[in-house]
Amino acid sequence: MNETNFNDIFRQEADELLFEIEEAVLEIEENPDDIEAINRIFRAVHTIKGSGGMLGFTKVAQFTHVLETVLDRLREGDLPVTKDLINLILRSRDHVKSLIDSTSGAGAIDPDQEEILLTQLNDLIQINEDKNTRNDSGNTMEENLSKYSPKAFIYRITFKPGKDIFRSGTDPGLLIEELKSFGDHNIILHYKNIPSIDVLIPDECYLSWDIILTTSRTDDDIKDIFIFVEDNCELTIDIVDELTEGDDDKEIKKIGEILVERQVISEEEIKNTLNDQKRLGELLIEKNKVDYDTIETALAEQAQIKKTREKHREEIKASSLRVTSEKLDSLVDLVGELVTVQARLSQFSSIMDHSELLSIAEEVEKLTTELRDNTMDIRMMPIGTIFSKFKRLVRDLSSDLGKGINLVTEGAETELDKTVIDRLDDPLVHLIRNCIDHGIETPSVRKENGKPETGTIYLSAVHKGAYVVITIKDDGAGLNAEAIREKAIEKGIIQREATLSEKQIYEIIFAPGFSTATTVSNISGRGVGMDVVKRTIGSLRGSIELDSLPGKGTVITLKLPLTLAIINGLLVSIADTSYILPLATVEECVELTRDYSDQSKGTNLLNVRGEIVPYIRLRDHLNIKGKKPSLEHIVITDVEDKRIGFVVDKVIGGHQTVIKALGPVFKYVKEVSGATILGDGKIALILDVNALMLFKEH
Amino acid sequence: MSKVIMAVDDSTSIRQMVGFILKDAGFEVIEAVDGQDAVNHLLKNSGIDMIITDLNMPNMDGIELIKQARAMPKYKYIPIVMLTTESQDNKKQAGKAAGATGWIVKPFQPEQLLAVIRKVLR
Repeated sequence: MNETNFNDIFRQEADELLFEIEEAVLEIEENPDDIEAINRIFRAVHTIKGSGGMLGFTKVAQFTHVLETVLDRLREGDLPVTKDLINLILRSRDHVKSLIDSTSGAGAIDPDQEEILLTQLNDLIQINEDKNTRNDSGNTMEENLSKYSPKAFIYRITFKPGKDIFRSGTDPGLLIEELKSFGDHNIILHYKNIPSIDVLIPDECYLSWDIILTTSRTDDDIKDIFIFVEDNCELTIDIVDELTEGDDDKEIKKIGEILVERQVISEEEIKNTLNDQKRLGELLIEKNKVDYDTIETALAEQAQIKKTREKHREEIKASSLRVTSEKLDSLVDLVGELVTVQARLSQFSSIMDHSELLSIAEEVEKLTTELRDNTMDIRMMPIGTIFSKFKRLVRDLSSDLGKGINLVTEGAETELDKTVIDRLDDPLVHLIRNCIDHGIETPSVRKENGKPETGTIYLSAVHKGAYVVITIKDDGAGLNAEAIREKAIEKGIIQREATLSEKQIYEIIFAPGFSTATTVSNISGRGVGMDVVKRTIGSLRGSIELDSLPGKGTVITLKLPLTLAIINGLLVSIADTSYILPLATVEECVELTRDYSDQSKGTNLLNVRGEIVPYIRLRDHLNIKGKKPSLEHIVITDVEDKRIGFVVDKVIGGHQTVIKALGPVFKYVKEVSGATILGDGKIALILDVNALMLFKEH
Repeated sequence: MSKVIMAVDDSTSIRQMVGFILKDAGFEVIEAVDGQDAVNHLLKNSGIDMIITDLNMPNMDGIELIKQARAMPKYKYIPIVMLTTESQDNKKQAGKAAGATGWIVKPFQPEQLLAVIRKVLR
C-alpha cells in the first residue's frame, strides 16, 4: 500500500462523514433533543480529525479539533441548540470540506473564512471554559521528550503494582524489562506478601520490586515506563541523595462540587435540585397546554421512529460494501458483452435446432438475464442521497432571500442508476433554485394573497413502469404566460402574431438565452439554466414538462428511464439493416399496404381508429436505397403524449440489448442514440424517436 | 508464530494505517469496525493476543468493548490499548476504569504505537 491510497481512502471516508454531518445537523435543527444525532455529528468530526491527523492533513486536523471541542460541549448539554449554532456548524463543515478538497487540488481555501469561523467557535468554547475545563494530565509520548543529560544518575525505584493490576491486562514483568533496558541494574523482588495457597487469589498481584538503576535517562523517562499503571501502583523514583518532584494534577471543579466542599450545601440537595428540572412534556401538561395522553403517544411515536431509524441505519451499515465506480462499470461492461454473446448463442442454437443445445442456450439466457438484472440493480441508488443536499440548499437560499420555504420530500428511497443521479444533480439544483428565487413569493406578498407565509416546495420521486417520475411542485406565483410571451417576442423567439397554447408558451422557457428575470442575481436569471437543464434531461433519455396555474404554483415533471445502459427495444429492419426503437415508446404496429400509402397522396397521415397519426418514412429519412416492399409496417410510438408512426419494412420483435455509444465522430447525429450488437454479430442502430419527431415537426 | 492483534475503529483509514504498521512489524492483524464486531471476533476466535481500539464508535463504543472483553474468561487479561485524542481525558479515565491496559494518543507515529505494544505484549 502506498501513501496515495491512504489519502484517497481518507478523502472518500471524509466525504461520507461530511454528508452524514450535514444530514444530522439538519435533524437536530428540527429536533434539538435528538442526542443520537448530536453524537453522530461528534463521532464523524472526531473521526475526520483523527484520520486527518494520522495522514498528515494537519490543517484539517487543527480546524476540526476546534470544531470537535464545540461539539463536545454541545453533547455535554453545555450549549443550547440555536439557529446561530446550527449555521456555524454547517459553515464549519463546509470549510472542512474545502480544506480537504484543496488537498487534491480541487478548490482553494478562504483564509478569512477560517479566521471568522475559528473566532466564533473559540468564543463558544471560552463561554463554557469555566464550566468544564479538562486538563489532560496524562502525558503523550511526544510531550515527554527524553532530555538526555551526559551525567549518569543512580536511581532507587520502588514499584508496587496494585493488587488488581492483572485485571487490566497489564504484565508488570514487561515494565521491569523496560527498566532493565535503561542501564545497569540491580533488582530485588519482594514476595513476602504472597499468602498461603489456601487463601491465595491467583489473579491478584502480591509482588513488589526495588530496582537500583544506573542510567543517564531522566526520571521522567522512568516514569514514562509506568505511565499506564501510575494510578494503580505505588511508585517511587529517587535519585540517590536527591529528591524529584511529583506532578500536581489540577482539575477545575464544577460549581456544585465547590459548594459542597465549602459546606454551603450538601451533595444530596444538589442532586435533588437537579432532578427538579422538568422536561418539556411535563411542563406542557402542567400548563394545561396539552393533555397527558397526547404527550404519551407523542413520546411513543418518537421512540418508535428512533428505534426504526436506528435499526434501518444499522442494517444499511452492517450489510453495505464500498466499491469503486470503475470496478462496477467494468463489471457492467463484461455483463454487457456476455449478454451479446448469449444472444449469438441463442440465435445459433435456434438455427441448429438441436434440442440439447436449445435447452442449454435457454438456461444460459435465463442466467444471463438474471445476472444482468442483478448488476443493473447494484448500480441503483436511492435518490434520497441528493434529496438531503436539497434540504440544505432550500434552507440556506430561502433564508438568504428572506423567504420562508419548507421542502417536503417523498420517495427518497426510489432507486435510480448512479450515473443518472449524478447527472441529475445540477439540473435539479437549478430547478429548485428557480422555485425559490422566482416561484415562491415573499412572506408579505403571500400573506396579501391569503396564502400561508411559508411556501412549500414538494419534491417527489416515484417509479412508473420503466421510468422514474420526479416532480417538483411549488405553491408559489406560478408562471406568467404573458410575461413569457412578451419576452419571447422581444427576443425574437416567436412572432407577435403566433398563437400558442399555454403549454407551448411554457416550453419557451427552455429556449437558450431566455429569461424573464428582470434582475440577474447570482442565484438565477442569467438565462443559461433552463436550456441546459432540458438538454441534460434529454441526454439521459428523459423528458421534462412544465405546468402552472398563475397565482397557485408550478409543477415540473421529469421522466427518466431507469437505466442508461440497457434498453428494451423493438427490432425492425429496413432493407438489410436492423434498427431498434425503444420499446417503452412503442404503442402498436400496423400494416401499411402500398395501395393505401399511394392513396394518401404523400400526406403521410394515417387514420388509426379515428385518430390521425402522422408518420415518417424511415427509408426516405435515412436515405436507404432500394425498392421498398409491397407490404410495409408502421410502428406507432407515443412520445410526450404525441403519436407518430415510423414506416419500416419488417417488425422482427422485442429485443433486450446493451447500448453501445457510437463514439465522438457521430456525436452530431441526432436521430441515432447508440448502437447494439445483435445475435448474429450484425449491428443495429438505436433510433432516437424524440429527435425524429422534432425533425418531423419542423 | 506471530502474535495476533485486533484493530478496532470505525474509521477505515485508521484501521488500515494501524493494520499496515502492525503487519510491517510482523504481527498478524484482525480488523473490526466497531465494538460489536470486535466482540463477535473475540467470541469466534480464541487466538487474539491483543486489542487496539478506538473509543468513539457506533453500535458499541470502546468502553463497552473493554468491559465485555474483560468479562470473557479467555480474554480476562488480554492487553487492551485505547486510541484517544487529547481532549478526551474523561473517556480515558472511563476506559481505565473499565480495564484498559494503556492508551495511545492520536495522531501518533508508527514507532510510538510499536513502543506501546512492546510495553504490554510479550
